[in-house]
Amino acid sequence: MATTITPEAVEKTVYDALPQFGVEESDISRDATFEQLDVDSLDLAELSQIIEDEYGVQLKGDDVGKIKTVGDAIDLVVNRAG
Amino acid sequence: MKRDIVVTGIGAVTPLGVGARTLYERWRAGASGIEDGVGACTDFDPTEHLSKKEARRADRFTQFAMVASDEALREAGWADELPYETGRVGCIIGTGIGGIGILLEGQKTLDERGPRRVSPFMLPHMLPDSASGQVAIQYGIRGPNMAVVSACATGGHAIGEAMETIVRGQADIMLGAGTEAPLVPLAFAGFGQMRALGTPIDPDTGEYNPAMASRPFDRTRNGFVVSEGSAVLVLEELQHALARGARPIAEVIGYGSSADAFDMAAPAERGEGNQRAMRAALARAGIGPQEVDYINAHGTSTPLNDRFETMAIREVFGEHADRLAVSSTKSMTGHAMGAAGAIEAYVCVKTITTGCIPPTINYRHPDPELTLDYVPNEARAAEVRVALSNSMGLGGHNSSVIFRRYED
Repeated sequence: MATTITPEAVEKTVYDALPQFGVEESDISRDATFEQLDVDSLDLAELSQIIEDEYGVQLKGDDVGKIKTVGDAIDLVVNRAG
Repeated sequence: MKRDIVVTGIGAVTPLGVGARTLYERWRAGASGIEDGVGACTDFDPTEHLSKKEARRADRFTQFAMVASDEALREAGWADELPYETGRVGCIIGTGIGGIGILLEGQKTLDERGPRRVSPFMLPHMLPDSASGQVAIQYGIRGPNMAVVSACATGGHAIGEAMETIVRGQADIMLGAGTEAPLVPLAFAGFGQMRALGTPIDPDTGEYNPAMASRPFDRTRNGFVVSEGSAVLVLEELQHALARGARPIAEVIGYGSSADAFDMAAPAERGEGNQRAMRAALARAGIGPQEVDYINAHGTSTPLNDRFETMAIREVFGEHADRLAVSSTKSMTGHAMGAAGAIEAYVCVKTITTGCIPPTINYRHPDPELTLDYVPNEARAAEVRVALSNSMGLGGHNSSVIFRRYED
């Protein structure tokens, strides 16, 4: 069953996922851009799958295309749930 | 102006170990890389060589090519910075199958969890050209780039086509390579049903012995052993290589390519297509058959291949066939499909530079019909000035590549 969506829970999910893509944990912050982290569109597509698995929230290509920072991604998921 | 092509760097990942030098040291010792019925690159750990991101994105066949390319480019002396304008550097990395591992994983995910769970990396990384593309990204090389595919003849074609790309003037330096990672149950099942796999039984004692499964040219041979790996050769136009102070390792002087147009699995009678590939390679090199000292045979250990390849060598080389050394390193590495021709091209180059001819191991029972000198069981010290590598693939593809000692 999907986990309850809170900003803290989503942040943890995103922070846990990024190192799997080769991102250094110490580089991750809400303000870090995915470009800085060398996270590209296919990585983001995979992040969307992880979010969907965890929270049942589907992120569309258009939504994902707009996000620039780690914080944007977290806010998008939280807002979509609300 | 005539453009001579030399090899300036080599890299390899094979069941005999990671690194070209390891492969040489182990073949010199007549070692077998076959365990449990397959030739797996068990010493290969992608995380030792690639970043997490690089390793995660690539199928195993691409990982092999990336690691072998790195070794080859370092030996050529330019891993960190290109010595040429980026558009003059190209790459042809062939594979027989491509990313079958990542493809099957994707299918499993689709079946079990539905289309929304299929990895976004599956498609770009299963394609046969992804190794060539990924290596180009890694080193920023923007010249001619593609994969060639001709089943088990792929490695020879990739190196030959890379050579011709430089001769045509489209590039000054090319990576020519083959890579393969076919060790999945589906491939074993398919080859098994073709009755193409060697049995891992010692023919004398009847006991289980996987290292005995590949026994090319032996009377009891009954099939090949599937293996995996990659080899990369850096090919370079001679004057450019000398101008930047690179050390030519050997020349690549001939390349021939032909089709049997006969059968999808069986080779043409008397190795007719193989004969034409060897003749074309000799003509391209502008040398006579008597100049060749060593042939690294395709030598798969199947009854038909080894018989017809032997006949083809006799037809092309005439009386000189009895003075040639002919060996099959597949007796030690197994058959790495699309990588085999590239691995064996390296073997030819190393044989020229070291004067050490690799043996055909597991050779105990001479076949009355197969009467060449197969360098049985032990490596041999001999002067080798010119060496030819044969490769043939399902579909009736044949490639032959000729290397010669570099003499300034």
